[in-house]
Amino acid sequence: MGDLNVEQIGYSEKVMEHFTNPRNVGKIENPDGYGKVGNPVCGDLMEMFIKVDDDIITDIKFRTFGCGSAIATSSMVTEMAKGMHVDEAMKITRGDVADELEGLPPRKMHCSNLAANALQEAITDYKKRKAEKE
Amino acid sequence: MERIYLDHAAAMPIDPRVLEFAEGYLKDNFGNPSALYSVGLEAKRAIEEARKKVAELINAENAARIIFTGSATESNNLAIKGTALRNIGKGKKVAASAVEHMSVLNPMKELQKNGFEFNLVPVDATGIIDVENLNDILTKDTTVTSIMYANNEIGTIEPIKEISEIVHEKGLYLHVDATAAAGRIPIDVQTDGIDLLTLSSNDMYGPRGAGAVYIKQGVRLQSILPGGGQERGLRSGTENVFAIAGMGEAARIAKAEMAQESTRLSGIRDALISEILKIDKSYLTGHPTQRLPHHASFRFSRIEGESILLNMDTLYNIQVSTGSACSSKTLEPSHVLMAIGLKHEEAHGSMVITLGRLNTSEQIPHITKAVDETVQRLRKLSPL
Repeated sequence: MGDLNVEQIGYSEKVMEHFTNPRNVGKIENPDGYGKVGNPVCGDLMEMFIKVDDDIITDIKFRTFGCGSAIATSSMVTEMAKGMHVDEAMKITRGDVADELEGLPPRKMHCSNLAANALQEAITDYKKRKAEKE
Repeated sequence: MERIYLDHAAAMPIDPRVLEFAEGYLKDNFGNPSALYSVGLEAKRAIEEARKKVAELINAENAARIIFTGSATESNNLAIKGTALRNIGKGKKVAASAVEHMSVLNPMKELQKNGFEFNLVPVDATGIIDVENLNDILTKDTTVTSIMYANNEIGTIEPIKEISEIVHEKGLYLHVDATAAAGRIPIDVQTDGIDLLTLSSNDMYGPRGAGAVYIKQGVRLQSILPGGGQERGLRSGTENVFAIAGMGEAARIAKAEMAQESTRLSGIRDALISEILKIDKSYLTGHPTQRLPHHASFRFSRIEGESILLNMDTLYNIQVSTGSACSSKTLEPSHVLMAIGLKHEEAHGSMVITLGRLNTSEQIPHITKAVDETVQRLRKLSPL
């Protein structure tokens, strides 16, 4: 598919599937970690909530204002991170999320691919809270 | 699910009557209009007939006032650059409204790079040109002032006659981009006082690949595409006879059916506007009354336009447009929405509906339900 360097046309089926039927939408009351990235002026804003048990992400939810890829990447990253150790989840990159979604159009790779960063913010917040408790 | 296409400002289906009329010029009547044998003369006749029909649509003095080009973009480039460069001895200033199409603004910027002074005329919150500002910035050196007849993104119809009086009192020539308006509302270049006018074939159900410029008698311009000298030397290149003949027939049909069709579509438009504005925190963009009969444009708070477009298409098979940054090539929000004073986050939530011949009043409940459910679904996902 990508070997001819032809620009991807539109969104992949996987992106559209996650856009139409996003996983883990909503917020968690009293989360163990919370992350927020982007801003509405740029057109993308994401919130990530995590519940963590023994450093394992047991529950994760998101809310996103943004375009199709912003919503799909948010949904995908929650699916990838659920059940993962926080140190492993911390290593999920924007590229990993795009790969799992079978690619994103080139101009969407940066602006709307913030979901991994939102997750990292939430994990950082979790670790900070944990350190404060100890 | 039946497709409901609501993006006629982006592309229009060719009218089957137009296709039937013109398809012979792709087949048997393929001759070069410059040739003197019969198959060439047949093609030449088709072009001259089309010229007459296009002239009649806008009440041009005569058919010779019409020059065919390859597109509205090319027409805008020819009208602006061709006129500014030919009249450089009279002045090196050009002006355009802040809501013009990129095919007006970018040729103007190109002139600016080449030593012209370029003034942008602001608009008010409904998209109407600030005529006082226009009056202040124009001087006798302003050879070309370009103001669109109506805006493609917000539907606002400009007071062209009033603008024409100012341009002719203070500046030199008025160019009007009528791409969005032609075939939709009556245009009379003589009573409106227009020197140069841009028309697009596809925007009136004609084939793509043809546009036209009306040039008032006495206005001089130079070619921007020199070559074999077709179209009185102003637009060289072997004519696209199929597209030009189709454009002519499309113009004839548009003129004949305009009154009836605009009444029908404005009824659907008004019903859509009143239903959609019942949605919480939804707003009309553009002018409430000075608006194209087929045009309804909105913005919704807390959601983003590309998501609206995708949701409407995927879940309801309804095609709409948006001025959101996220759906543009440059990732910048629509310059039109910025010009009417929207904040970035407000411009993100825009949705544009442009109706056409295939839309019916039976579709109104489907459309309004789809918009309502789309807005509610995306707001549920939104942290704002």
